[in-house]
Amino acid sequence: MAFISIFKNRTGIEKEIDSFLNLASESGLIFIQGIGAYLGNDIDSFSEHLSHVVETEKEADTLRRSIEDLLYRKTLIPESRGDVLELIERMDALLGRFKGVMFRVEIERPNINPQFHSGLKSLSNCVIEAVESATLSLRSYFKDISQATDHIHKVSFWETEADKASTSLQKAIFNNNELGLDSKMQLRDLVRSIDKIADHAEDLADTLAIYVIKRSL
Amino acid sequence: MFLFFLSSGMFLGWSLGANDASNVFGTAVGSRMLRFRTAAVLCCIFVILGAVISGAGATHTLGKLGAVNAVAGAFVVAFSAAMSVYLMTLARYPVSTSQAIVGAIIGWNLFSGSPTDSSALTKIVITWIVCPILSGIIAVISYKLVSFFILKRKIHMFKLDEMTRYGLVLMGAFGAFALGANNIANVVGVFLPVSPFTSIKILGDFCVSPAQQLFFLGSLAISVGVVTYSRRVMDTVGTGIFKLSPVMALVAVWSHSAVLFLFASERLEQILINLGLPSIPLVPVSSSQAIVGAVVGMGLLKGRHNIRWRTVAGIAGSWVTTPIFACLISFICLFILQNVFQQTVYLP
Repeated sequence: MAFISIFKNRTGIEKEIDSFLNLASESGLIFIQGIGAYLGNDIDSFSEHLSHVVETEKEADTLRRSIEDLLYRKTLIPESRGDVLELIERMDALLGRFKGVMFRVEIERPNINPQFHSGLKSLSNCVIEAVESATLSLRSYFKDISQATDHIHKVSFWETEADKASTSLQKAIFNNNELGLDSKMQLRDLVRSIDKIADHAEDLADTLAIYVIKRSL
Repeated sequence: MFLFFLSSGMFLGWSLGANDASNVFGTAVGSRMLRFRTAAVLCCIFVILGAVISGAGATHTLGKLGAVNAVAGAFVVAFSAAMSVYLMTLARYPVSTSQAIVGAIIGWNLFSGSPTDSSALTKIVITWIVCPILSGIIAVISYKLVSFFILKRKIHMFKLDEMTRYGLVLMGAFGAFALGANNIANVVGVFLPVSPFTSIKILGDFCVSPAQQLFFLGSLAISVGVVTYSRRVMDTVGTGIFKLSPVMALVAVWSHSAVLFLFASERLEQILINLGLPSIPLVPVSSSQAIVGAVVGMGLLKGRHNIRWRTVAGIAGSWVTTPIFACLISFICLFILQNVFQQTVYLP
């Protein structure tokens, strides 16, 4: 009987992990739309996106708990269980970071000079590309391990691009003579917090790279 | 009186269960894919089926090696083999019951002055070398094929987990059946010539032969050994030599079972003969050697630095000492039984 329940739960957990990764991808898209709305001075739309990202993160949290519960209670994939749990938790933390940045914008309501808009959009794009590649690499880890390395490589690429965008944006902020030091520091912190998301995506990818080697047949 | 003497066969059966069940399910339990309880239940059922249905094949070869013609002699032979296996089980080494019983029979031959059939002995000893090598080769080829299939079909991690569990249950059942069929000869084979059992008819036409009754008793003893004492050696096989992934565990059990089946199946032998191909000798081979050969084969495939060579050397050493131990114990016990307890241990 124990076997039958294990096999039933296997299908359930596959779906849950797929849904969880879908939410991770979705969060990135909501984030970039939210930032776009804020830069376009559409505060209502920004607030909507913020509530959407909060809901997505909450849903992802519930799924994560359910995945953890199933993995441990039903003793599935015993040799990779710890690895999978760590990866899921790290991915969940990434989702939390999207929410964190949007809350920061909501609380601080920074005044962003139009000259920084394109740089900020470009940085946000690099960040969501890095997260998207991390999501794809995680999907491959479950479904087609031979593809995982390709996606891991892309995460590194987008993280480097995000670093470049972040550096040039910070330079532009501090070279602007119209802004006071307080505004410069506020914008710098915002830029850094967005860039940090890509850093964390890369950390996840690095961990995943080791697990891919461990699991390779 | 026969039942009293048979008790040493039961002891040997218990030792075999305690030691050799690890070969069938040790890798599955070690890789945490199956619970010990599930593994033990499956093992018991299929060992009994294998022994009763297909146990006769390998018994003939053992009979040729030396027909122990007195029940007290058979008692000592089984006891000596059991004691050797038990001591090795205490040391957590997966040893060969086949080697132990062969060593003990040779001890009886030496004591009674009976000639040892050198061709049968050669055949058996050669299988001790061939068995781990063959199992290792089957494991490497099977593992390569399975890996290729998994990568090609892009099987989801959880689907693979499910398939591996199914596979471990099926292969474990097959392995337990093969173990019962092949190794029951070691447990009660020496009692066959002196067995007082007669055929029993049950359910009308269904006839249970004396050999099958003996095999059933032996396999019950094996089952008790599996349930009560096999956990310790399972750990050595499952994780001691080389850390196996669940897929590797599956391949190891498959290779082990295939080798045991090759050396136990009368039907396969008949098919090969009918096809004009060279037949495989029906010899009680060591399931421990088969599983260790498979695990080491896959370890070598993954890079030899992954293998704990000290453990492998310990196991290989125990394979050399087991038959010698059994032979010595047998000789000494026969001497004691004949001269102290005044029992007839052989008929001239």
